[in-house]
Amino acid sequence: MGDIWLDAMQIMASTLRLSTPLILCAMAGLFSERAGVVDIGLEGKLLMGAFAAAAAATLTGSPWAGLAAGIGAGVALALIHGFACITHRGDQIVSGVAINILASGLTIVMGIALFSQGGQSPPLQRDERFQPLDLPFTDTLAGVPIVGDLLGTMLSGHNILVYVALSAVPVTWFVLFSTAFGLRLRAAGEAPEAVDSAGYSVAWLRYRAVIIAGVLCGIAGAYLSIAHGGGFVREMSAGKGYIALAALIFGKWRPVPTLLACLLFGALESSASRLSNVEVPLIGEIPVDVILIAPYVLTVVLLAGFFGRAIPPRALSIPYVKER
Amino acid sequence: MRKGTLPPWVDIGLIPLLNLMMAFGVAGVVVALIGENPLNALMVMIDGAFVYPGSLGYTLYYTTNFIFAGLAVAVAFHAKLFNIGGEGQATIGGLGAALVVLALDQYLPGLLIIPVAIAAAALFGAAWAFLPGFLQATRGSHVVITTIMFNFIAAGILVTLLTGVLIREGQSTPQTRDFADGATLPKVHEIARGLGFEMASSPLNISILLALAACVGVWVLIWRTPFGYRLRTFGESEPAARYAGVGVASMIVITMCISGGLAGLMSINDVLGAQEKLQINFTSGFGFTGIAVALMGRSHPVGIVLASLLFGALYQGGAELSFEFRSIDRDMVLVIQGLIILFSGALAYMLEAPLSRVFGKRAKLQPEAV
Repeated sequence: MGDIWLDAMQIMASTLRLSTPLILCAMAGLFSERAGVVDIGLEGKLLMGAFAAAAAATLTGSPWAGLAAGIGAGVALALIHGFACITHRGDQIVSGVAINILASGLTIVMGIALFSQGGQSPPLQRDERFQPLDLPFTDTLAGVPIVGDLLGTMLSGHNILVYVALSAVPVTWFVLFSTAFGLRLRAAGEAPEAVDSAGYSVAWLRYRAVIIAGVLCGIAGAYLSIAHGGGFVREMSAGKGYIALAALIFGKWRPVPTLLACLLFGALESSASRLSNVEVPLIGEIPVDVILIAPYVLTVVLLAGFFGRAIPPRALSIPYVKER
Repeated sequence: MRKGTLPPWVDIGLIPLLNLMMAFGVAGVVVALIGENPLNALMVMIDGAFVYPGSLGYTLYYTTNFIFAGLAVAVAFHAKLFNIGGEGQATIGGLGAALVVLALDQYLPGLLIIPVAIAAAALFGAAWAFLPGFLQATRGSHVVITTIMFNFIAAGILVTLLTGVLIREGQSTPQTRDFADGATLPKVHEIARGLGFEMASSPLNISILLALAACVGVWVLIWRTPFGYRLRTFGESEPAARYAGVGVASMIVITMCISGGLAGLMSINDVLGAQEKLQINFTSGFGFTGIAVALMGRSHPVGIVLASLLFGALYQGGAELSFEFRSIDRDMVLVIQGLIILFSGALAYMLEAPLSRVFGKRAKLQPEAV
């Protein structure tokens, strides 16, 4: 057992690390889309958050300042999205595309202006990044079979943002399904006219939803550049925002299934490098690229209706026009 | 969308111009914040796009890409479909064209291969858009999501093939072998040289003529055929189209295939014209630029040609920025592009209310709610 078991634990630990940005972005998308605002700008907010976090951490020397800057950048883009889609009832997809392209350009342009290193930020020092944390009782339980390994190898030793991402799921679930705010937020995405008749502002609800999405994407960005990675690299979001969007659809806009989809896609990514050059019986060698595009293929297969239907919130992408 | 409140010259002239100026204004602020002079940057870009020898050729080469990409997005827009899969469709289209040339260029003359390769580009692109269209028509899954997924899948397929079976033997760069001499689209400076003119060399090739022909074709298709009439009816109102007997499912699928075919044709400019081989990432995000082009050009072929020319100049002039300034890179063009999509797309209605107050004929203002 020994080796395979430990290997599995390590794959799961790396799955957790690779899933973290997906989970945060998918929860961001969940808030926004449940309130009726399509968010294909997850990618752009993630990238902008990553850049702002790395830049602030470099300039101030504090990862916490980096995190704050990442959140600020995510919220700033979210507000642009809200201004266009909620206030001016613009096309939500067009706005998302604009945000992604804008983030792609701005991060490089500002990166060159600030650091003159071709769009990268200088490598961060140890104390400018979020460090791995040891969970309590890891040492005490180290000798216990299974539990000790589970805790020591898989769950413990990640940086704080991994745990933030994991706790974001129950918090999202609680906020959306057990609070009055969550009920109204979901209603804004299903039947905004009902929210309106009940006397609540659809616009303000949707604004709060996109702001929360901005915060979560900002945290995800900070994770990429100052926790998981040690600095900003151009285009470092590398499609993760889109994979999170796929996970959100795969999870049918529900928190726990979405988490599972994120973990699945993270597992695919973490196994991609291990599975390359491995001979699989009957199939032969699987190219890495095939594993890496699996999340997209699976999502299309889902959308084709093979694992039940993914039905979006009813008022998704429809700007709300208040009647007078 | 709210027609009739503004005189046409405001609607198709003033508003796009103001949106463009706002986008450039904000981009100028970004340049100023970086510590460079925005006007200098603009002058460098204009020189880089039109004045330097050969620069016009490059500008028109980029323009060709953007015309195809813009038309692809625009055709879908007319049916209220949002095809953001131009990247993937162009990738697969380029693959189709390359496969034809690689298979035939040792046996047949170029004159026979080229039309087949061009048709293959269109067919492969259309095929790549077929499934998203089909899924929307039959399963109701939104083409925006499926085409995004298909972009990534296409990129993955291209990488797999170019690092695997299609790679040029004895080489590690992910690209195919060069196509045989006759089996490519002639470049404009080569033609000029053949006719006795001396012209600075550039990747501009005769696919620009095909792009212009496609503009005419799209105009005829959308505004002068029964199919185009049904397509526009469907775009205006699905229930009305349904009531009038338009087959909605087939309309979605056919529109997506035409859109994908146009995006697929974008690839010939690079694959058959400029590079004469298939390379990784040859689409360089031009498929997304098509969105900006279609939005700016108001989905009309004339507008698309003008917008493509603007973006062609931006891309070529932007390349010049990195030589002239220490701290501005060509990625500044992405910023401008994002801002143009934001102002002329997502914020398209922002100016309508204030302008209706000034120019409105029967300005019945929407009661502002939000």
